[in-house]
Amino acid sequence: MISRLSIPNAVKGLPVPGWLGDVASVWLAPALVLAALMAAPLLLSDFRVALLGKFLTFAILAVSLNLIWGYAGMLSLGHGVFFGLGGYAMAMFLKLESAGGKLPDFMFWSGLTELPFFWAPFQYAWFAIPMTFVVPAALAGGLGYLVFRSRITGVYFALITQALALIVSILFIGQQPYTGGTNGITNYTTIFGYAINSPTTQTVLYYATLATLALTYLLCAWLIASRFGRLLVAMRDDENRVRFSGYNPAALKTIVFALSAGIAGVAGALFTPQVGIISPTMMGIVPSIEIAIWVAVGGRGVLLGAIVGAILVNGAKSGLSESFPAIWQYFLGLLFIGAVLVFPSGIMGLLRVEGWRRPEWLSADRLPRFAARVLPGVKR
Amino acid sequence: MIGRRARQIFQAPASHAANGAGSGPETGKTILSVEKLTISFDGFTVLNELDFSMKYGEMRFLIGPNGAGKTTLIDSITGKSKPDRGRIVFDGGTDLTRQQEHRLVRLGIGRKFQTPSIFGSLTVYQNLEVALGFRNRITSLFGGIRSQESDRIMATLEEVALVDRASEVAGSLSHGEKQWLEIGMLLVQEPKLLLMDEPVAGMTRREREKTGELLQSIGSTRSVLVVEHDMEFVRRFAQTVTVLHLGKVLSEGDMETVQRDPEVVRAYLGHGASGNRTVAESSQPRRGTAAGV
Repeated sequence: MISRLSIPNAVKGLPVPGWLGDVASVWLAPALVLAALMAAPLLLSDFRVALLGKFLTFAILAVSLNLIWGYAGMLSLGHGVFFGLGGYAMAMFLKLESAGGKLPDFMFWSGLTELPFFWAPFQYAWFAIPMTFVVPAALAGGLGYLVFRSRITGVYFALITQALALIVSILFIGQQPYTGGTNGITNYTTIFGYAINSPTTQTVLYYATLATLALTYLLCAWLIASRFGRLLVAMRDDENRVRFSGYNPAALKTIVFALSAGIAGVAGALFTPQVGIISPTMMGIVPSIEIAIWVAVGGRGVLLGAIVGAILVNGAKSGLSESFPAIWQYFLGLLFIGAVLVFPSGIMGLLRVEGWRRPEWLSADRLPRFAARVLPGVKR
Repeated sequence: MIGRRARQIFQAPASHAANGAGSGPETGKTILSVEKLTISFDGFTVLNELDFSMKYGEMRFLIGPNGAGKTTLIDSITGKSKPDRGRIVFDGGTDLTRQQEHRLVRLGIGRKFQTPSIFGSLTVYQNLEVALGFRNRITSLFGGIRSQESDRIMATLEEVALVDRASEVAGSLSHGEKQWLEIGMLLVQEPKLLLMDEPVAGMTRREREKTGELLQSIGSTRSVLVVEHDMEFVRRFAQTVTVLHLGKVLSEGDMETVQRDPEVVRAYLGHGASGNRTVAESSQPRRGTAAGV
């Protein structure tokens, strides 16, 4: 009887209206983007590749924010902090390797005579690299648990995360002997024994970033397609109903917030060796808000949107600043206003509007009949 | 153990006859017992030493003028309001007043809200899938759905007449369909006690009729507590009615008895004189008796 009823496949997947929801767009569009990014080092100058590599770390960061904002509905305006913590963890490793057993230069200048105890384990890659994920995830998990347990949501959550961005950046500026202060941590010479500035090392780092981005994308795509992903969307729609369906939203939100922060930290860890510096300016309020803008421009709630948004906005930023050094920020401002007023669901949303839907004749079962009508020689 | 089971099976028809409503081995036992419950908001006492109880397999309607404390009672049973004093004992042991909302759901208490509370951007099917997953451990939520779970969802969709809508986004449903979907989300969890806050509010006459039939079929196997303002609906579908007034139980019994109760008449008319709309208009005890169940 009932068990004989067939359930359409579309029922089981996420409802994504329009042709972007098709299998083709879930795999084809990301595959095209990936192919373009893989080919980039062959086509672009070293300078452009370095820039693109930096943008890719931003893309990972944007994907992490999109996971909690676009799907679970939690806008974090403090993701720069998690990115920065990952970046600092990596910087500590690189700095200790470059110092070659001696005290890092900025500590010496600040009057320290020996390495602080919490710096010591960061000389080992097996410790430092996991920490780029663990430290931001732990901070987000702790803060998240307290915030979500008190049922703080929406704007108030955004404000608390923004306060976090302010507090942490001030803390890092103030603790110069331990963090390098305003200047941050810079002047690395080697990474795993290889010269950090050599083109080969930078190319390897570029591909490592691209691979991490691809893995992050796959992880998030899998997560969102799972029942857990549906639960995240459910929390965005009606958190109270989730609670009255027997789930503890505080626990679910803490888990996904910590995961997102961990991913942001990994992005930061990839940023540091490519750019050559990590400083508190990367963790402040302004960069944290910028991340939200990338996601909004690209299209929140669409995984690929975050990647497209991060690369396009940052590309536009550097392109415009080169061409119009005096007024480039106005263009950027216009882009942001446009993202809010003209295309509120972002670039990916533009591709999904009604007029852009795949025409009916393109649907799988109609195609042969259409072909029969249009193409001579094809039999019905 | 076996002996007890056998006795239950043999006694089942007899207990059916005795109780009229309800089924299952536990019929006749108390599922919910509210004892001297007091809740006040900013010094205003909403529930005043309220005593109330329900049996297994019973469908009870809760009526009363605005401000009588109906929704507050439901809020306190589902953990949304914390009482100042008193106890709410569920299923013969657990005191509900000290539990978190999601734990109460796990104990077997489902609640339907006054306005439809569903997940608008998920499909109808996925809404039920989310509701069904609440007993799963978090790790199993990363796997696919099991076929018996899927069957269970389709059976529930059948029950609430939304099979055709399974793949539609829930936000696009009509108001009545959203209400049914929410009821379906509760049913799929197989709760022991269902609480419904004005399930027919905002529905058309036909939808109300359909909902009433749905409630009756649900009420034949579970304990259901329905808060309702629509007196015509109550008259048509209620067997036992409890009247709340000023945070206390004013009267209890079948609709006819309750409507003849002079205390009830006074409470409703008194309230009506001070400007209350629906209740006073639609209760009208004398005519109501004629139209009673």
